[in-house]
Amino acid sequence: MQRPTKPTLTQTATGRVALLVGTRKGAFILRGDPTRRTWKLSAPMFLGHIIHHMVLDPRDRRTIVMAARTGHLGPTIFRSTDLGKTWKEARKPPAFPKVPDGQIGRVVDHVFWLTPCHANEANVWYAGTSPQGLFRSDDGGVTWEPFSSINDDPQYQAWMGTVQDGTPDGPKLHSILVDPRDRKHLYFAMSGGGVHESTDGGKTFEPLIEGLDTVEGFDPSVATFHDPHCVRLCATNPDRLYQQNHCGIYRLDRPSNEWVRIGKNMAQEIGDIGFPMVVHPRDADIAWVFPMDGTTVWPRVSPGGKPAAYVTKNAGRSWVRLDKGFPRANSWWTVKRQAMTSDSHEPVGLYLGTTSGEIWASRNGGTNWTCLVRNLPEIYSVETAEL
Amino acid sequence: MTVHIPSPLRSYTGKKSTVEAEGSTLDDLLRALDQRYPGFRFRIVTEQEAIRQHIRIFVDGVQERDLSVTLRPDDQIHIICALSGG
Repeated sequence: MQRPTKPTLTQTATGRVALLVGTRKGAFILRGDPTRRTWKLSAPMFLGHIIHHMVLDPRDRRTIVMAARTGHLGPTIFRSTDLGKTWKEARKPPAFPKVPDGQIGRVVDHVFWLTPCHANEANVWYAGTSPQGLFRSDDGGVTWEPFSSINDDPQYQAWMGTVQDGTPDGPKLHSILVDPRDRKHLYFAMSGGGVHESTDGGKTFEPLIEGLDTVEGFDPSVATFHDPHCVRLCATNPDRLYQQNHCGIYRLDRPSNEWVRIGKNMAQEIGDIGFPMVVHPRDADIAWVFPMDGTTVWPRVSPGGKPAAYVTKNAGRSWVRLDKGFPRANSWWTVKRQAMTSDSHEPVGLYLGTTSGEIWASRNGGTNWTCLVRNLPEIYSVETAEL
Repeated sequence: MTVHIPSPLRSYTGKKSTVEAEGSTLDDLLRALDQRYPGFRFRIVTEQEAIRQHIRIFVDGVQERDLSVTLRPDDQIHIICALSGG
């Protein structure tokens, strides 16, 4: 596969960082000072709404797109073009096509994932939904249309399975990635349903699941049996991807199609189960995970009640525990797949939100951690906004 | 006819708890409300034209699931948000 241009190198940021926090009960913005030492929490926005994802458009640094629904009301998208001061609802939120009477059509339960498209494609966004669907907006999130053939493709629908085959909160399409060198080179992942790649701008996709393990010996060649939790692409080396999967931590170096289980190099008593995956903005050898207990009935909390992130600085050949500042015991944290991220400062800032409503930050790549906020609702997502 | 609006939908109606609207069927009525309050209908009716799981609509005290049900000008319509969890 040929790539037309070199990727744009991610610049070291020096400005203010804001954290866009989606929770089960509303959205919040946590604004940092230029040193990232003091932070100010906004009032809740859309209090009571379920906010799965809230993302700043890095192309204009003004527009924020938010995926929302409530317990009663159907899914929608809210947009702000003034960094969250005012909001407007999308005129046409993501929705599957109406099927003829007598057939059973799919219904978007919630929008789960938002990705701004290529730097050269202003106003283009992708959205992943539950149940699994891929949608695109060409007008900054005002109107959304089904995108690509996968939503209606019988093979893809078979791989997607039924609602019963997905996560407890519904099966999801997530981790929509755009190669910074080539807007037609796309990836997405499905829980469940595996990782998929397109090289023709989304007209067609192919599974990219070689090397990934499955549970209980299910046939690894069938996409249905794969549950990627979070896939990230390295900004400065888009030929490298990292993945936190239900069955371990992986790295993929293209043009190879075979994922390598780098989680086997984690400490055995910790294991390599978790949800989020974070990659360094400028060094493709550096990545972070936040392991969770995947033993017995899969508690999915910090192993032993002792929270820790782990970092690799050699592309997964070895891992180092990072727990300085975290509670030493009795802290049964869960961090969801969209709830851990980095900024582009030097040293890199890391941020994570727990389902128990705490946001923790490190200003030095995870060496030291500090709690920024407590007592928020259950945190679903944390995204950095470099202002 | 009078449509009673539950609190989760009053962000669309300018905080009004009742609005007057017309429609020969329930579907017509909800489309008319969506014209006046853009986005209103999709929050309570799916893309497959079904009333959403945690929404109930009563016409003169009788629950209706069928959007094609005919309405009379003096009907009282109640949109209710029900049992969505904590």
